[in-house]
Amino acid sequence: MVPKQGMIVEVENLSVGYEGNVVLEKITFTVPAGAIFGILGGSGVGKSTLLKHMIGLYPPLCGEVKIFGRSIVNCPETEKYRLMRRFGVTYQGGALFSSMTVGENVALPLETYTNLNKSEIARRVQEKLALVDLQGAANVMPAELSGGMKKRAGLARAMALDPKLLFFDEPSAGLDPITSVELDELLLRLRAQFGTTIVIVTHELASIFGITDTVILLDKQAKTIVAEGDPRKLRDHSPSLWVHDFLNRQGYDHAPANQE
Amino acid sequence: MTKSVKPNPIVDMMDKIGGAAATFGNDVCFFICFLGELAKASLVLIRHPGRFRGRDMLYYMDLCGSQALPIVICICYLMGVILGFQFALQAQKVGAEIYVADGVGFSILKELGPLMVAVISTGRAGSAFAAEIGTMKVNEEISALETMGFSPVGFLVVPKLLAMLFTMPLLIVFGDFAGLTGGFTVAVTMMKLTPVSYIDRTLEVLLPSTLTMGVLKGLVFAAVIALVGCMRGFQAKSDAQGVGRATTSSVVSSIFMIVVADAVLTRLYTLWGY
Repeated sequence: MVPKQGMIVEVENLSVGYEGNVVLEKITFTVPAGAIFGILGGSGVGKSTLLKHMIGLYPPLCGEVKIFGRSIVNCPETEKYRLMRRFGVTYQGGALFSSMTVGENVALPLETYTNLNKSEIARRVQEKLALVDLQGAANVMPAELSGGMKKRAGLARAMALDPKLLFFDEPSAGLDPITSVELDELLLRLRAQFGTTIVIVTHELASIFGITDTVILLDKQAKTIVAEGDPRKLRDHSPSLWVHDFLNRQGYDHAPANQE
Repeated sequence: MTKSVKPNPIVDMMDKIGGAAATFGNDVCFFICFLGELAKASLVLIRHPGRFRGRDMLYYMDLCGSQALPIVICICYLMGVILGFQFALQAQKVGAEIYVADGVGFSILKELGPLMVAVISTGRAGSAFAAEIGTMKVNEEISALETMGFSPVGFLVVPKLLAMLFTMPLLIVFGDFAGLTGGFTVAVTMMKLTPVSYIDRTLEVLLPSTLTMGVLKGLVFAAVIALVGCMRGFQAKSDAQGVGRATTSSVVSSIFMIVVADAVLTRLYTLWGY
């Protein structure tokens, strides 16, 4: 696989699944630097599974994933962990460590991977929490936070080492529309302020049209990408009736696998 | 009308045996891989001691040690009372009441003290480890650890293992003392032995090595409880039922392995002349 200029994430011919069952296959796409890239599809299509394979949590059935030009699939474990520290991941429920306060959660990567002194770490923790509008939450336990706050705290932790790439698994899931819009605005602000490349996995169309530059649309029956491009163009001009219907929130009975 | 197929009990039994054997084989493979991961994570922590979660270890020492102390003392004391009573009934028949001190002392220090403390710790700490790690798995905290570049085994297992290794010997010493006190209570109140004669006899027959052998057993039990509890947590399926099953399984597996380890160690001690 030849490294592509300006591409932060490169996925080529990736097949993913569990225990021999193929969930998705022949997945190929690239994410350019500074983009907000959406992975879109219906429930149970394998969006989160694809994400977990992309970030190196599970080995793929076949194919290649490169992040910052380095393979995360075929590399020694130490190299993989080093690569993982260069990007941040925010999970559906925030995945905060429940035995630590929010501040300790954000401080953890700084304490482990930097030589910063305690006061500098405390300053950076406050800075990251302010970035996600969670000032004053440093001493709060994760169980005391709402769903949206947990996600924002998870984002603060993911941003702790100032990564140039962030992955989000269902950022809007379980949030009310207003909180969801606030989170979308936060992502746009991150990109504008730090030039962060963002990959989000979602089935929320409002988020997709509101913030993403490019999306791939996955289908359960086809087990692969059925459309790729600017979501607004796909919504208005896609030749595929299924894609058009999906992006226009209409019920559809044209499964892409059966479509010509 | 569909024809009902009569179940064949032999095939059914063979199927169950085969399934159990496959599960056992998978568990053994998983445990070997888990030990490998643990060795690797321990080496990394030796090379980067700053990454060791010392505060977590203190938390688990409190959970597995000081918080378990009252129940350990209570159970071991009652065990001493029960043993004392049983020995007394037999000893009175032959007028050998003083030998109750031998029976209670050896039983508690060599076997029942370490074993009872291990069973209590399995119920308290082993199950808590499995439930904690299983819940972390459900909440994607384990995935988060990995993507932050941490080894989940190094981060989660090493502090728990060390906490168990530090606290178990101390708990056993307290448990032994409580058990001996239970035997003493029976001897003095029921058999009308004088406290001095009972204590003298106990000190005469019990050597420091008797206590040490029991405490060394405790170290093995501590490792079994921590490792099996954590392993079952990592094996938990990512749902509430999975965590429940992992917790149950951690207790059952730990107790079974503790009894096996006890049998092996007792045989070894006998061969070595203890």
